[in-house]
Amino acid sequence: MLPTRRREKNVSQNEILKVDQLKKYFPVEKSFIEKVLTRTRHFVRAVDGVSFSVLKGEIFTLAGESGCGKTTTGKLVVRLIPPTGGKIFFDNVEITTLDHKALRMLKRKMQIIFQDPFASFNPRMKIGEAVGHPLEIHDIAKGLEKRKRVLEILERVGITPAEKFLNLYPHQMSGGQRQRAAMARALILQPEFVVADEPVSMIDVSLRTAIIDLMLNLRKDFELTYLFITHDLAIAKYISDRIAIMYLGKIVELGDKETIFSNPVHPYTQALLSAIPVPIPERIRKKTELIGEVPSAVNIPSGCRFRTRCQYAKKACEEKEPELILVSPNHYVACNLAAN
Amino acid sequence: MTVDALTVEYWTRGGKIRAVEDVSFSLDKAETIGIVGESGSGKSTLGLSLIDLVPFPGRIIKGKIILKGKEVLKLRKDDMRNLRGKEICYVFQDPMTSLNPVKKISDHIVELIRTHEPQVTKQEALKRAKKLLKDVEIQPERINDYPHQLSGGMRQRVMIALAIALNPSIVVADEPTTALDVIVQAKILDLLNALRDAYGMALILITHDLSIVLQRSDRIMVMYAGHIVEYAPSIEIYSNPKHPYTQGLLKSIPNIELADQKLEAISGSPPDLLNLPKGCRFWPRCYFAFERCRSESPPLIKTGTEHFTRCFLHEEGRKT
Repeated sequence: MLPTRRREKNVSQNEILKVDQLKKYFPVEKSFIEKVLTRTRHFVRAVDGVSFSVLKGEIFTLAGESGCGKTTTGKLVVRLIPPTGGKIFFDNVEITTLDHKALRMLKRKMQIIFQDPFASFNPRMKIGEAVGHPLEIHDIAKGLEKRKRVLEILERVGITPAEKFLNLYPHQMSGGQRQRAAMARALILQPEFVVADEPVSMIDVSLRTAIIDLMLNLRKDFELTYLFITHDLAIAKYISDRIAIMYLGKIVELGDKETIFSNPVHPYTQALLSAIPVPIPERIRKKTELIGEVPSAVNIPSGCRFRTRCQYAKKACEEKEPELILVSPNHYVACNLAAN
Repeated sequence: MTVDALTVEYWTRGGKIRAVEDVSFSLDKAETIGIVGESGSGKSTLGLSLIDLVPFPGRIIKGKIILKGKEVLKLRKDDMRNLRGKEICYVFQDPMTSLNPVKKISDHIVELIRTHEPQVTKQEALKRAKKLLKDVEIQPERINDYPHQLSGGMRQRVMIALAIALNPSIVVADEPTTALDVIVQAKILDLLNALRDAYGMALILITHDLSIVLQRSDRIMVMYAGHIVEYAPSIEIYSNPKHPYTQGLLKSIPNIELADQKLEAISGSPPDLLNLPKGCRFWPRCYFAFERCRSESPPLIKTGTEHFTRCFLHEEGRKT
């Protein structure tokens, strides 16, 4: 059974977000000749049946390589793009089919921060304006009240002195400051839930830790819940409470971070963990080798989607698609071999 | 190869930027030097200046690069061209933009070989190309593919094949794995290591990721705002870092082998190169900065056998 259902009984009052069999398929554009000759349509199955739930106050991480669907999942969850199938619940209310007006109310409660802080600001809008913009859109504050709130939140995210930055344009700030401003803009509506999509991967190493610490502090002060999306498992380990590892649009392993790192069960998780560079001289870790490369999300292998690269793959893996099953408390794995 | 007091400037509208200042080091046969630094620290400019390819408006204004007794920067154009293929080769970060999209992989390699060694016939060059692909672990059948048919990791392997095609003595790899996923990254780095041993070439590994250089290189050069701030064997950098910046970096990178690690951030942000602080370039962010750091720029001080640090804290006679 699915992990979310299993837990529903005891902890559902603590769930802030629940995702059930979420799917997102993007149609593949066909060439002219194909359009004339064929009728079949192809889809990139970016997210292909993902189920998980995020508890209030925790940092839940979606980790995986590029193309595994982690960012698409993040965008689906905040309803930036419509899902192809599946359900999303926020605070026990289904939000999968909300209309425009209701969605706007929802966005007060859930926000998203993107990877590239430069691309997520209008280059012709001053920082003060950009950060205060949500207040106007949601009719919360204007004029002096808006200015006061903007100053407050900028100070809070470490952009000091805030007055000096109000009239700057995004290009006049450093990458770290821009990402802080992006966080200020996300938090000015005092949301409960924030999706952070690779918030530090474009930021220099020496500034990264400060941003991560800021995120952790803000979580305490604003009682936030984060859905953290990253490809960097070392950062995932530092920041998260629970981690879900994704591969080709599905979660292959989900558990507490200690479990994932000390006792990874899925062969993909094992390979991923063994490839992480460790900052110790000559420490080349023993690697779990993987065969070949990630298959295309248009032609996902039958049965277990990982089988083409798995050294333990058996005949049965070609037919049976493994479901996420409980292997130890709070630890779920989608692997036919782990099931036995 | 030895590099002596190399200084590179970019002439911009806002003024002159010293992207690399007073960099000296030497490279032994078959060793790996890791150059690590943040964006804007001058690490890529340094790499490019080794083959005199600093892009306009940059220019090398001072310094010497001596390779096998020859002074690189004084070479004539054709000699320089020869040197770029045969002696020093470059692997760039983005393998998509460094390959010609309308040429097959075989054309890339054959053209390279025949430009530098005109006496080689096409057949021979093709044979060598196949062997090279085997060396970088690509199936030789894929030799007739175009770059877009290959995955990112494979493209980077082709770049490496091109780099080692003429058996150079030095390969400069500038962020060779930054655009790649972690599993592919580990494989490419393993490959570079294996080829270094097989071909006996020296490797200069330029990256922002301290974990990678700690793991993969013999010596590490830490750069900050155009200066080398610390230069030592990797074991020394790891167990006995002397510069406050290096110490800060080590404390701020997560290590998955440690439980309950507490990361510490370095305060502030890197300086604007047009508007450098007076004195040591790191002092505004340095926990230990004292009077002298604010007025004088420290030289690179020898702080151990093969260990150099640009910091007044380690001057002789000073108690730390």
